[in-house]
Amino acid sequence: MLGLERVTKAYSSRRGTVHALRDICLKIERGSFVTITGPSGSGKTTLLLTIGGLIRPTSGRVEFHGTDLCTLSERHLAAYRNQKIGFVLQSFNLIPYLSAYENTMVPMSLRNGATNNHEQKAKALLDRLGLADRMDHLPRELSVGQQQRVAIARALGNDPEVILADEPTGNLDPTLSAEILSILRDLNEKDGRTVIMVTHSPEAARMGRHHVRLVDGCCVEADGVAATR
Amino acid sequence: MRLRTLLWKELWLRKSRMMSGLLAITLGIAVIVGIQSVTAVSERAVKIKLDNLGANILVLPQAASVDDYYTADIDAPTFPEDYVERVATSMLPGVDNLSPKLTRRVKVGDVPVILTGILPANELASKPIWQSAGLAGAELAAACGPSPEVNKGRSFVDEKLQRKAIDSLAPGELLVGSVVGQRLNLKDGSKVVIQGREFTTARVLPETGTIDDDRIYAHLHVVQDLLGTGSQVSAIEIMGCCSAISDGLLGKLRNILPDTRITTIGQIVNTQIETNRLMAKVSLILLVIIFLVGAISIANYMWANVEERRREIGTLLTLGATRGSVYRLFLAKATILGLLGGIGGYLLGTFSALVLGPQLAGLAVEPVPVYLAWSLLFAVAIALLGSWYPTYRATRLDPASILQEF
Repeated sequence: MLGLERVTKAYSSRRGTVHALRDICLKIERGSFVTITGPSGSGKTTLLLTIGGLIRPTSGRVEFHGTDLCTLSERHLAAYRNQKIGFVLQSFNLIPYLSAYENTMVPMSLRNGATNNHEQKAKALLDRLGLADRMDHLPRELSVGQQQRVAIARALGNDPEVILADEPTGNLDPTLSAEILSILRDLNEKDGRTVIMVTHSPEAARMGRHHVRLVDGCCVEADGVAATR
Repeated sequence: MRLRTLLWKELWLRKSRMMSGLLAITLGIAVIVGIQSVTAVSERAVKIKLDNLGANILVLPQAASVDDYYTADIDAPTFPEDYVERVATSMLPGVDNLSPKLTRRVKVGDVPVILTGILPANELASKPIWQSAGLAGAELAAACGPSPEVNKGRSFVDEKLQRKAIDSLAPGELLVGSVVGQRLNLKDGSKVVIQGREFTTARVLPETGTIDDDRIYAHLHVVQDLLGTGSQVSAIEIMGCCSAISDGLLGKLRNILPDTRITTIGQIVNTQIETNRLMAKVSLILLVIIFLVGAISIANYMWANVEERRREIGTLLTLGATRGSVYRLFLAKATILGLLGGIGGYLLGTFSALVLGPQLAGLAVEPVPVYLAWSLLFAVAIALLGSWYPTYRATRLDPASILQEF
């Protein structure tokens, strides 16, 4: 379903060229739970955002159901991010002046076409994540755990096939972390969504059925998702 | 929910930020409108003051000299009064206050005085031929000058008679210069006999320090009868718009009246042209400065607003917004703030000018409705421009880079 073929990302500056990713080859099947680990600066987030269509690789291919993302226009990449991918970020990135309920509807409102059922969908998602009584609260009125749950509800707004989580527990204490990881596992096991999670935490890393480890932009371990070159 | 909900929510829930932005735009526009309103009135006031210097073009008979005009030589040549109509019906732009005069030396008792026949403005306006040409009354006002009503309304009326049209003068009445009045011991209402005809002194004019002080003014046609000159005049004084004079008004007049000598009263014309040039330069400099200050103030706020929302832009792009929709969102906000700020700025600027104009500059300022349209246009344009560039920069960045900033 998701394939990375010799993906390299290099950033050039006056000081020289820095390789964030080097020759990454992965094959991730639908319904997988993949964790990506590695030291700081190893290219974990770059890899995640490349899969999410936010970073275009310098060379190589990123395929989603056979379509090379590198060939898509900006508009089609935006549609891919909006409809196929749900992002859960470390710092939640909620819109500060929108309520939990409205934040959940943002991806829906960005989708072209019908605008009906947004409210019902958003309520159902927040209800599922235990935020039925916090719908009208602004982000600053919510605890960090609740904010991350709103971010997960938002990620599910357009019923995406893939959830990309960038250190979703990075700002949370162990109890809240366990709570969020449990939600992600449910999304994978009960909904059948593919979850790809970047994490520093060994406990979180153990949740994945497949594991990728990066060092200096190179894939040094790809347990169950390695692709032949 | 639609994307525009974000716009309204942001404006509504960040009221203090919206108000600070609105204030920046409103004050920027208010400064521009206020100063421009006062400047426009100041320019008009200066023009009126300049017009009060009187006529600046003299039409004399071909053989006459300017000296003849001042000394009222008894043998000075004349030309037909019909020439006034030629000029008036030519509809030359920049010609106002045509004033035909016949001047001769006469004696009142044993005292020699200069008698000048003048045609009051109300008679000029009521000439049938001018009425049929659509030139009656206010139509005679020079295209570039203020109307007499404007002059009066602004309390800039000059009491001096010199080279100015007189509104009305009955055939049996005289206007008497101050020096002649003293010499003949005349007061308002005094009777005077000139060449065997009795006149009433309508008014002894205040001292002007000019040749007017030594003259007695009567109705032109009465003077013509009295002196037996027929329908002749010795000069036509014209108040010409100085920009029209620069554009060759004298040449055009010479084409209409080829057998006359047409000259400008140099000191007046030079003063008018120089002052107008100076005013134009000062106004331009002032306009550029206040436009820059206003524009920078508005653009600064919009720029800061977009910069502080970079994270939001990154989030929206990550969630699937296109660059176009982010543009629309931010530029729609700029348009709304521009419109509100434009209206508010116009009202505040106009109100300030109305209140402060008379107090600080002694000028009665009136609202200028067309400034509302300019305010809206300018405020929206600057708000859009101020938002466009930072939005452009933010949307050009990798959303990944913006996300990684935070």
